[in-house]
Amino acid sequence: MATRKTTATANPDLTEAFRSPVSRPPTAWQKGFDVAFKNVAYAFGVGVVLLLAGVVFEVMRHAKTAIADYGFGFITSSVWDANNGHFGILPEIVGTLYTSFLALAIGGFLGVTVALVLSQGFVPRRVELIMKNVIELLAAVPSVVYGLWGIFVLIPAVRGPSGWFNEHLGSIPFFSTRLSGPGVFPASLVLSIMILPTVTAISREAMAAVPPRLAAAAYGLGATRWEVIFRVTLPTAVGGIFGALVLGLGRALGETMALAMLVGNANVFGWSLFSPGNTLAALLANHFPEAGKVEVGALMYAAFVLMLITLAVNALGSFIMLRTTRELKGLG
Amino acid sequence: MISGTHTGAAIALFVGLVFSALGCDKKESPPAADSAAAAVVAPAPAAGPVTLTGSGASFPAPLYSRWFREFGEKNKDIRVNYQSTGSGAGIKAFTEGQTDFGASDAAMSDDEIKAAKDNVILLPMTAGNIVLAYNLEGVPELKLSREAYAGIFLGEIKHWDDPKIVKTNPGVKLPKLDISVVHRSDGSGTTFVFTQHLAAISEKWKAKPGVGKSVDWPVGVGGAKNDGVAAQIHQTPGAIGYIEFAFAASTKQPMAALENKAGKFIVPSLKTSATALAAVELPADLRAWVTDPGGDESYPIVTYTWILAHKKYDDKAKATALKSVLKWCLTDGQKLSESLFYIPLPDAVSATVLKAVDTIE
Repeated sequence: MATRKTTATANPDLTEAFRSPVSRPPTAWQKGFDVAFKNVAYAFGVGVVLLLAGVVFEVMRHAKTAIADYGFGFITSSVWDANNGHFGILPEIVGTLYTSFLALAIGGFLGVTVALVLSQGFVPRRVELIMKNVIELLAAVPSVVYGLWGIFVLIPAVRGPSGWFNEHLGSIPFFSTRLSGPGVFPASLVLSIMILPTVTAISREAMAAVPPRLAAAAYGLGATRWEVIFRVTLPTAVGGIFGALVLGLGRALGETMALAMLVGNANVFGWSLFSPGNTLAALLANHFPEAGKVEVGALMYAAFVLMLITLAVNALGSFIMLRTTRELKGLG
Repeated sequence: MISGTHTGAAIALFVGLVFSALGCDKKESPPAADSAAAAVVAPAPAAGPVTLTGSGASFPAPLYSRWFREFGEKNKDIRVNYQSTGSGAGIKAFTEGQTDFGASDAAMSDDEIKAAKDNVILLPMTAGNIVLAYNLEGVPELKLSREAYAGIFLGEIKHWDDPKIVKTNPGVKLPKLDISVVHRSDGSGTTFVFTQHLAAISEKWKAKPGVGKSVDWPVGVGGAKNDGVAAQIHQTPGAIGYIEFAFAASTKQPMAALENKAGKFIVPSLKTSATALAAVELPADLRAWVTDPGGDESYPIVTYTWILAHKKYDDKAKATALKSVLKWCLTDGQKLSESLFYIPLPDAVSATVLKAVDTIE
């Protein structure tokens, strides 16, 4: 304080400048607001963590007895029979992973490709803008609508080809049955469309954020357009693209309504793409409303397993992302 | 400064949102403590109209809401709110005292009645039937023997041209097509009634999978709710599934004629179902399980659906109001049943139930 005073008196010409809003020392109110804002922001951050902890705690609390009763056998058994108190979720675990990764393979490939088209000047800017918005609109479609579309459009459309595959390639486990109604393949296909907007939007942003001078430098060295895309743009944007894929996978793992309508809800699992299956989220949605006390415990255990799977997948995703990003960016 | 107040307002709003969210979260967590609190808060006998709240079975919900609406138009001083939450949730809310009455497709079990401190009276209000709807091109009529339809749901009969189906359908050209069984994926009173019937006609079914609101199905795919099952039957060539009569009738999906206890094939209709109900005598506690009705003209899969009321209410106004509502439903209300595809109660039954309503205090 003392020094500031002396400076002010030593250079009287500058006093005017010190009165301007920019250089004026902060008022008590502004200081208070700053502190309050910082604390509130901090509280929100902690709040999110606490909220998650609360959810985990609640799930655990309800699942406690079921975990004690059924133990590890819950994960390896494949019967869900509430009347006799037998619970197992192996088909649901496998079904969840199967549909999600299938959806990621289809939706991820499509999404990244579309992002490429929309960010690398393949189409006029106006078309780019329209397509980008249309794809993002897909995210706003309620999942019930996707489910209905799957039942009334997709399943009848897939049924014919599934018969052909079964007849000619039936010896491959993936085609060992034909599709009668709902099943793993139509469910995964709808799921892949549902994760498309997430994957496209985020990976497009990542590609658009690559500094143009990098591409320009590569062109200057005589690289072709495809060489620039595959050797410069994609490796630079790989962190963002991978993040997009992990987010998409998370969405696929947790999707409930559309899957409950399309996956068949049958407690069996086969490798065939055209056989009915089940997923954890669909199991929860179907059984919660009428579940008795014992079944609620088992469902909470299932929910806990789903959380663990999501956590593991996300952690693994981040780990792989870290590794590949370093490598592809030339930091490895 | 302006931006400052804006941020302040935004923060205030956000804080409010977060806290209300947290509040909700908290509320849901300890059901036991919460219900006690609800019980304390709930009875607030205002001077205005008496409000009755109930929740439960979704199967009779369209009829109940029609009843309560029409009753409310005639009696301005009584209001009835009914929420179709599902039978299980309805019993729970009623037992915990969150609602004034409950509704269930499956009558309460002895354990459940004990949990409600025996202060429960079960009242059959209406009835419905469950049909086997199927999707076979060029087969508008189908007769299924007990052996055949139990076998289909057990997964033992896999093709439509199985001799057991052909035998009862002479002259019908049955396609060589896989049978796709469709069942409910969610827990449901419909499933309970249907599996109860299957257990009554098939020893094998009784042993496994047994009876329940959801069972471990040996075969088939699951659709959510009646409309989900109906949609899947409609979409899948070769499908068969059980749904409530109203859903098959309103979408004109063909329904199989089923062999009844007397060995006759009966086409499902409100008339044949009413005959089936009349053939069953109501026990003293009004918990009649119509698992396999006798009689030449009886359709085999029918069920009552119940309203659960307390024998004794602390609030006198509520008891009187509920009694007048239920009486109206059992008399004038029954005339509305058929237009919504429900079976009107046989006269003898409604007389017995009316007497039971009178005992509510």
